[in-house]
Amino acid sequence: MSDTVTLTIDDHEITVPAGTTVLEAAAQLGVEVPVICYHDATTSNGLCRVCVVDVNNGRLLQAACVTACANGSKVETRNERVERSRRTILEMLNSAVDLQHAPAIQTLMSDYDADPARFPDAERREHALLDDNPFYVRDYSQCVLCWRCVQVCAEDAQYTFALTFDGRGFDTHIATAFDIPMPESPCVFCGQCVGVCPTGALKPKIQWGMEQGLTPDEIRQSTRRSRHRREEAEDG
Amino acid sequence: MDSLAEILAPYQGRQRDALLPVLWDMQTAFGHIGPDAVRQISHTLHVPEADIYGVISFYSLFSAAPTTETVIRVCTDPVCGLAGADEVVHRLCHRLNIQHDETTSDGKYAVSHTTCLGLCDHAPAALISQRGHEEIAVAPVSPESDLLELQITPPYQSIVRGDILLRGVDGRHVESLTDYGNYRALHHAITTLGPEGVIGEVEKSGLIGRGGAAFPTASKWKMTRQAAGQPKYVVCNADESEPGTFKDRVLMEARPHLILEGVALCAFAIGATKAYLFVRGEYPESTWRLQRAIDEATHAGLLGENIFGSDFSLDIEIRRGGGAYICGEETALFEAIEGDRGFPRIKPPYPTTHGLFQRPTVVNNVETLSTIPGIVEHGGDWFKQWGTEKSTGPKLVSVSGHVHRPGVYEIIPGMTLRQLLEDFCGGVVGNLQTVLMGGAAGTFLTPDQLEVRLTFEDLRAIRSTFGSGAIMVFNETADLPDILRRLGRFFKHESCGKCFPCQLGTQRQMEILERAAAPLAGDRERLHDIGLTMTESSLCGLGQTAASAVLSALEKWPDLFAVKGQPV
Repeated sequence: MSDTVTLTIDDHEITVPAGTTVLEAAAQLGVEVPVICYHDATTSNGLCRVCVVDVNNGRLLQAACVTACANGSKVETRNERVERSRRTILEMLNSAVDLQHAPAIQTLMSDYDADPARFPDAERREHALLDDNPFYVRDYSQCVLCWRCVQVCAEDAQYTFALTFDGRGFDTHIATAFDIPMPESPCVFCGQCVGVCPTGALKPKIQWGMEQGLTPDEIRQSTRRSRHRREEAEDG
Repeated sequence: MDSLAEILAPYQGRQRDALLPVLWDMQTAFGHIGPDAVRQISHTLHVPEADIYGVISFYSLFSAAPTTETVIRVCTDPVCGLAGADEVVHRLCHRLNIQHDETTSDGKYAVSHTTCLGLCDHAPAALISQRGHEEIAVAPVSPESDLLELQITPPYQSIVRGDILLRGVDGRHVESLTDYGNYRALHHAITTLGPEGVIGEVEKSGLIGRGGAAFPTASKWKMTRQAAGQPKYVVCNADESEPGTFKDRVLMEARPHLILEGVALCAFAIGATKAYLFVRGEYPESTWRLQRAIDEATHAGLLGENIFGSDFSLDIEIRRGGGAYICGEETALFEAIEGDRGFPRIKPPYPTTHGLFQRPTVVNNVETLSTIPGIVEHGGDWFKQWGTEKSTGPKLVSVSGHVHRPGVYEIIPGMTLRQLLEDFCGGVVGNLQTVLMGGAAGTFLTPDQLEVRLTFEDLRAIRSTFGSGAIMVFNETADLPDILRRLGRFFKHESCGKCFPCQLGTQRQMEILERAAAPLAGDRERLHDIGLTMTESSLCGLGQTAASAVLSALEKWPDLFAVKGQPV
């Protein structure tokens, strides 16, 4: 087996080490393939499918983040089929999730002419804000289910296993076991989940407080109070 | 009632792959799997509590919250819907003075729905779970059926017709080992043919997988045999859950030894010593009958250590699914056996090199494996004497809906759909409107397409499919939008949620199908975009076919979802 493969991406020929993904090879050519769930630091699972590309005009489109470059293949990163998939996925996502704090996805929406009102009368994934610890708040109404938080909490980084998926399909949401508050879960408040969240679903409490118009003093009070509450609960 | 500790005792020293069996034991004993149970399972199997909770929440038949003593789930998929399932649910709820998905105030009963129970030939069907007891599937149920007191009429008997795989099967009788005989094909394989010889005969037979993906069986076996890595596994995919499909259920209930011998032959051919039968949780009868057959065969020395005095040994273990259609997808099935949520994996790598526990694995459908003993005993040419060049051997189909004799039929590929419906099924009741070919993930055919020959190649040529072998027949009284609505609900319920196109698309598709009576302008285009996006961009076969029936309906009936007074 050869150590390199040669393929064409949007009519540019490129030779890359075997095992290179289409996403990586495209980036080397300066071709930007859009992504939502992909993150350099987490295992790629090919979830969002916004990075789909057309390989050899195949029956199925391929997720560039998990598809290895194949010798002699012809990749089109943006054609009519690709655009329809990307646009429809963005429109459906926007109809389900609050994306106001996801500027990168907003930019994609306009790049792909996605109609924010494409799906009228659509059920949205709405969840109450979870404010159960001094460090961060969770607003799963803004969660796109990219899995990054679950992954960094588990084998991708922290091995803490505080988070999981609750439910199935459209009704899936990220949760602790039995929805227990974070302080009662194995969470060690490392903050990695907050760091990888691509939307406003996980936010440092201070940032959230400032967005709510609270003064630094008020924010400090609120985080301190919840820390006290936790200590009292543990003492009691 | 067993205590937590008693239930967990046999699982000491086991690992995550024992999770599904433990969860079943807990669910059956307590009616739910609460925080204490999860904590102790976590300690026993060394699995994080959050992961266990995530697994419980994934499967329809498990519950993290307390449930009632009895849960009655009525199937509301297209064929049961046609047979009055909604009225059954309505009457039950009325009698119990509750709403759908509510529980009675005394905590005794809850009424809910389920997806297809594979009893479409006796529609409508229901699944009854009673705390402390094994599940019971019942059909047909009527609004008058006393499901509450479990006054259930004699067990269903399927109409079956066939001379090869279904030889001697009458829908009543369960074949014992004495009836079946002492695994002659396996003896022949071990003493004469050898593994390569077995694969050679399967290759010669031209056998194509019967699960829906239509992949040549011998290629799969060859690749797995040649793959590096030990141990290797055989997995029998008995997670039959495609609405309208019940051929595998009939095979499992009537001919369990045929399947076990097929599994053993596959294991012998690829060099595996461990096999799993993954049986869907909604098939209690199949599960118990297979387990009885495994015990019988093991007792007779036909399974277990040193079979027929050779150095070939095989352990076959049944795994009961937890209620998730997605687990019929081969890689999701592996995840389920390994103790995870049934999320499908990205392919490649394929199961032949990286399957169960990341080891080389053959996954075959029940019907596929049940053809193997005949092929090995009589030779590949024997199998090829039936059918066409590209669709060899007998093929089972499940016919339901508006025909006089719904049932499982063994057909010889090449016969036409009309011949099947008229000669085998006693004809259509009323005037034919449409046939849904291949299951929920199939395509609609119209009366002018009845002359299509039932072969893989002829169906492909008209952009249809055998799929799982489900053939649902609807006459002019069936309400097409209602059928589509039920299909839409099915896929929304069964999407695993992993990839965005299917997770979001099945929901949006269902919403549009729900308002079929009063569509909004642009709904046809929305369905079209959602459908093509799911088909082309979803991660697995579920999403890739979740719009198949809808897209075929849009093509066949241009008026569907068109807004009145507006051009189509």
